[in-house]
Amino acid sequence: MVGSIHASPTAEAQAQPVARGRGRRYSPALEAWRRFRRHRLAVASGVILAVIVAAIVVGPQLWNVPINEIDFAARLEGPSWRHPFGTDDLGQDLLARMIYGGRISLAVGIAAMVVAIVAGTVVGAIAGMSRGWLGSALMWLADLFLSLPQLPLLLLVIYLFRDTLKVLFGPEGGVFILIVFVIGALRWMPVARLVRAQFLSLREKEFVEAARALGASTTRQVVRHILPNALGPVIVAGTIDVAAAIIAESTLSFLGLGFPPDIPTWGRILYDAKDYLDIAPHWALFPGAAIFLVVLSINFIGDGLRDTLDPRRVM
Amino acid sequence: MAHYLVRRLLIAIPSLLGISVVLFAVLALAPGDPFEELATNPNVPPAVRVALRVKFGLDDPVMVRYVRWLTAMLQGDWGFSFVSRMNVDTLILQRLPTTLFVIGSAQVLAIAVAIPVGVYAAARPYSVFDQIANTLAFVGFSLPTFFTGLLLILVFSVYLDWLPFVYRSDIAATGWRWYWEHVRQALMPVAVLGLFQGASLTRYVRSAVLDVIRLDYVTTARAKGLGERVVIVKHVVRNALIPVVTLVALQMPAIFGGAIVTEQIFRIPGIGSLLISSILANDTPVIMAVTFVFACLVVLFNLMADILYGWLDPRITYR
Repeated sequence: MVGSIHASPTAEAQAQPVARGRGRRYSPALEAWRRFRRHRLAVASGVILAVIVAAIVVGPQLWNVPINEIDFAARLEGPSWRHPFGTDDLGQDLLARMIYGGRISLAVGIAAMVVAIVAGTVVGAIAGMSRGWLGSALMWLADLFLSLPQLPLLLLVIYLFRDTLKVLFGPEGGVFILIVFVIGALRWMPVARLVRAQFLSLREKEFVEAARALGASTTRQVVRHILPNALGPVIVAGTIDVAAAIIAESTLSFLGLGFPPDIPTWGRILYDAKDYLDIAPHWALFPGAAIFLVVLSINFIGDGLRDTLDPRRVM
Repeated sequence: MAHYLVRRLLIAIPSLLGISVVLFAVLALAPGDPFEELATNPNVPPAVRVALRVKFGLDDPVMVRYVRWLTAMLQGDWGFSFVSRMNVDTLILQRLPTTLFVIGSAQVLAIAVAIPVGVYAAARPYSVFDQIANTLAFVGFSLPTFFTGLLLILVFSVYLDWLPFVYRSDIAATGWRWYWEHVRQALMPVAVLGLFQGASLTRYVRSAVLDVIRLDYVTTARAKGLGERVVIVKHVVRNALIPVVTLVALQMPAIFGGAIVTEQIFRIPGIGSLLISSILANDTPVIMAVTFVFACLVVLFNLMADILYGWLDPRITYR
């Protein structure tokens, strides 16, 4: 029993697909897809996420009810054919508001992920390639950032800077830039550590040494040889960062400190709904379920990608 | 061991200093005057304002201001709340015990759930139990705390009417009843925070146990004829929990984030809700002090984890 525990449940079946797969077309992408397909929950999550994203992207064309049409006659109504997700305390249609809010939530999540990944990769690559004090200094900085209390700091920065940015970029743009950069700036550390760890082992590998012997510059070694091999864990971390950024943005909006009140992000809808829980529970349940579904499916996809991109995993 | 302790303490000091630099940099970089309250108040004449600025040294170089701010913070002189009209340290000390009580109980609940579930799942990897536990763990840490909080209020306070959804620190009751009321009102916030933490902790415990369970000494223990129960509890779990201690400490920043949200939902009078209300009321001294307290707590818990780690794991070198 002891020696028979494998890194993955399907390890014993490895001999078979190899034999069957001979003569078939083969590419890294195909192989990745074959591995990803094994993770059934990840595939199901991919479908759910695709449906939600499609609904958010094409939704406004199909459901062209304005998000701010006030109708006091239809106040706090439950789901019906006229308002599939019901209405809020001003009689505004919740489906339209959620489609609009979903665009913002997903945009914030993806943009913050890009900031975190780019910053983390750059710092991690510099720390991984330097052989002197710079590497340890950067890692000390990463450790310092890891021990910062993130939400209090996020709230502090937003409190101090939001008014200026509002003047510079308008009420929506200012808050968007601020939230994206602060969330990104507080999430680069795990990526930097992952990238550095990969770089430390990859830079001593034979193929890098060969490139060096052929006269490749440090930049070329990094960009062409080391970085592509270090990307697997970064992609996984990036997926999970999208989920974390969506939660962070919703948390800020839920605390009433995110986007301005007239912009219905999912967190903001929940914040408005929480005082009407007893008479209009649907108002809170739909946006909450939307956040939950998106975050859950992103997390499952991340788990599936981890299986897919881990070369040590026998599948 | 004493040497190790001193070393850890010395390592904690630069990180506290680093955190204070980050906090002060944020404050110093902030546009506008953090003490605008005085400047915009029409009852304060310009001459008094200039005198105040000189008195508080607002126009001094950044380095001088940083050193002054840091020494003031270290001496416990945290300023005066604009809104509550009292010293910030008194205000925070009033609120801190509630927060620590909620966070502590939540952490206990998280550990009480995560260790048995994680160990049992790892002892039977890829069994039905393991898969269900894994899926539930994913659900648990994908459910944001603000949504679970609202769901629990909806079910237990609105529909079933079992539990109160507003946390009160002044309960008019004595003896057992007082304790009972406290437990009742703390139940939902602690459950929200504890299950959220427990979900991710379960996955850590599971992978830590899986790492240990394949080692040779476990095979030896089985070969000696020890029962599976003894092997798991006495041999595997003891070693597997060492990395988990560090992970519990590393998660502290996330727990404080969750605590701010739960305190806001259930209206718990802790420092998290104090932070939010001060932000809404532009009460800068309180905001800075609460953030600093959160940062100190994180460093303190990291230090405790390091010390525990040294105590639990004899393989660590005390140098």
